[in-house]
Amino acid sequence: MSEPMTLETLSALDTLLSEDELLVRDSVRRFVRERYLGRAGELFEQEQFPTELIPELADLGLLGAGLSGYGCAGMSAVQYGLILQELEYGDSGLRSFVSVQGSLAMYSIWAYGSEEQKQKYLPEMAKGNLIGCFGLTEPDSGSDPGSMQTRARKDGGEYVISGTKMWITNSPLAHLAVVWAKVDDGGPESIAGFIVERDASGFSTPTIHGKMSLRASVTGEIVLDEVRVPEERRLPAVRGLKGPLGCLSQARFGIAFGALGAAKSCFDSTVSYARTRVQFGVPIASKQLIQQQFAEMGSEIVKGDILSLHYGRMKDRQGGKLRPEQVSLCKRNNVRVALEVARTCRSILGGNGILLEYPAIRHMLNLESVYTYEGTHEVHTLVLGKAFTGLNAF
Amino acid sequence: MKILVALKRVADPANHNKVKIPASGDRIDTAGLEWQINPFDLYALETALRLTENGKNPKKREGEVVVLTIGPKETETNLRSALATGADRAIRIEAVDEELDGRLVAHALAKIVEEEKPDVVMMGKQVVDSETNMVGQVLAELLDWPMATFAATIQEQPDGLLVEREVDGGVAKVKVTLPAVVTVDLRIVSPTSVRSKHTEAGFKYPYEEVRFAPLPAIMQAKKKPLAIKNLSELTPDLKSTTRYVKYEAPPGRKAGIKVKDVQELVQKLATEAKVI
Repeated sequence: MSEPMTLETLSALDTLLSEDELLVRDSVRRFVRERYLGRAGELFEQEQFPTELIPELADLGLLGAGLSGYGCAGMSAVQYGLILQELEYGDSGLRSFVSVQGSLAMYSIWAYGSEEQKQKYLPEMAKGNLIGCFGLTEPDSGSDPGSMQTRARKDGGEYVISGTKMWITNSPLAHLAVVWAKVDDGGPESIAGFIVERDASGFSTPTIHGKMSLRASVTGEIVLDEVRVPEERRLPAVRGLKGPLGCLSQARFGIAFGALGAAKSCFDSTVSYARTRVQFGVPIASKQLIQQQFAEMGSEIVKGDILSLHYGRMKDRQGGKLRPEQVSLCKRNNVRVALEVARTCRSILGGNGILLEYPAIRHMLNLESVYTYEGTHEVHTLVLGKAFTGLNAF
Repeated sequence: MKILVALKRVADPANHNKVKIPASGDRIDTAGLEWQINPFDLYALETALRLTENGKNPKKREGEVVVLTIGPKETETNLRSALATGADRAIRIEAVDEELDGRLVAHALAKIVEEEKPDVVMMGKQVVDSETNMVGQVLAELLDWPMATFAATIQEQPDGLLVEREVDGGVAKVKVTLPAVVTVDLRIVSPTSVRSKHTEAGFKYPYEEVRFAPLPAIMQAKKKPLAIKNLSELTPDLKSTTRYVKYEAPPGRKAGIKVKDVQELVQKLATEAKVI
């Protein structure tokens, strides 16, 4: 048996990365392997997010890493993507925590906030002293965010916000929530973002228990019962759905890189299992059925890597902008690839595949959420269908 | 305090099975090897950083840490990584790996020490590739400086360093005046192993390894100075005196056996393994 070639050796993608991109990736890689991987199964099993790691994540510069100024690390799109991929090699829950803090909560304030809001919140959020969450989805408003029920009524110098947000990553931990609401009796064009602080009266964040996915990440609701928010907490620079959708586009881009981290974790561990698991007197990796599955999975992972790197380079050249359809293509493809890889690895691992001792089933269950959140697979299909045909099938 | 830390790149010890020896046995095939800094040298870097800071405020450097390596241009990535970890500047001595041996490296380091005048030269107790464990000792001899090898703890004192060395059967305490050469052992990165005069009594480092390079520091490391020197200019009259006759891979490990009970185990340990 000769030494196997790693995905990285075969794809040779490192040759397309600069020295600082490699150093950034390797630093986060080392962090995840030394500080998280050993505990990943246990944290998942115990439904626990390791809050004690937050200061370390902040010291490394991982919170709001893709933003510039205000104490943020100012990483490029490619560097940010590589970071998220390393985090998701650990667990999609760990990556979700960082995505929500940086790409959703901090990005909302960074892109749409006033200078005072940015000065007040962003440096503390980058240091991990303030944790944020992002309230868009509602119990009856998922893929169709324009149908949201949450309302903000103007009352003198304040807004009074009522409504319920659902499936909110980090909400039970959060010190502040960026909440999107329709203003007065307006339609989707009236949607505005508000920064709601934890101590606001009528604000609560019940935890959602019983998840079989993203168990190492805390998910909750945001309940807003006549919460009074002063005018200066409204995000002034955006109105309408393009506000929250702009944030989601950032987060989705990161997920396209990230999901492949989960796939690589499954792939690496399953290759090593198949080389040592002996049945019928030989390692199962010597069987053509198994080899074909590795050939398919490896090809898809490498193609996904090239896709996200291509769009990442483009995003960097274009001042951080990509067409939403390009982000949809990338997120949809790479998350589907990751989910299929995780399922295939689970089956190659046989009975061992259902144990948390091996990462496959944990990633597989996590990726069910990743497949659905940040624009469901189906919605991204419709986005692409509309792009390619010019006809709206929503 | 100014500390010069010597780093050597080695093939990633976790991927040692990628080390290939051609049938001729005249060299090691380095193509495709993954390189990283010798782990003991990383501990030396961490030690140097701890000696030049108040542990509570590791972003402020009290003194200077200069990192140095000898090797081809690719080794600059290792130096950048060390700069991102917290070192102030770097020196690379241009050389081809095959033309080096421990004695030559020590002579080159001595030349750099003449120019840089550090208070301490620090490095790992040995490298994990050739395991020679000689550069620190030869360097101290060339410089006629005191040395402390295999340091497990270091305490900065007004007149030097108090070093505890791990030796067979216990710990030897050595006091060295500065300037000095120090080589470090594994335990030097324990939470309380290194005490600088800036660090409060009772402070504990929350980790036992070389610190992580924060992302902003990686970007700033590109702006930190990296000087390049030539080995042939530093040591014009010297050549490696070590000649490698032949390389051989160690024999593969033989499969183990299962014994049926303790009695058989004891019997085999006595008659076959001959260890009891």
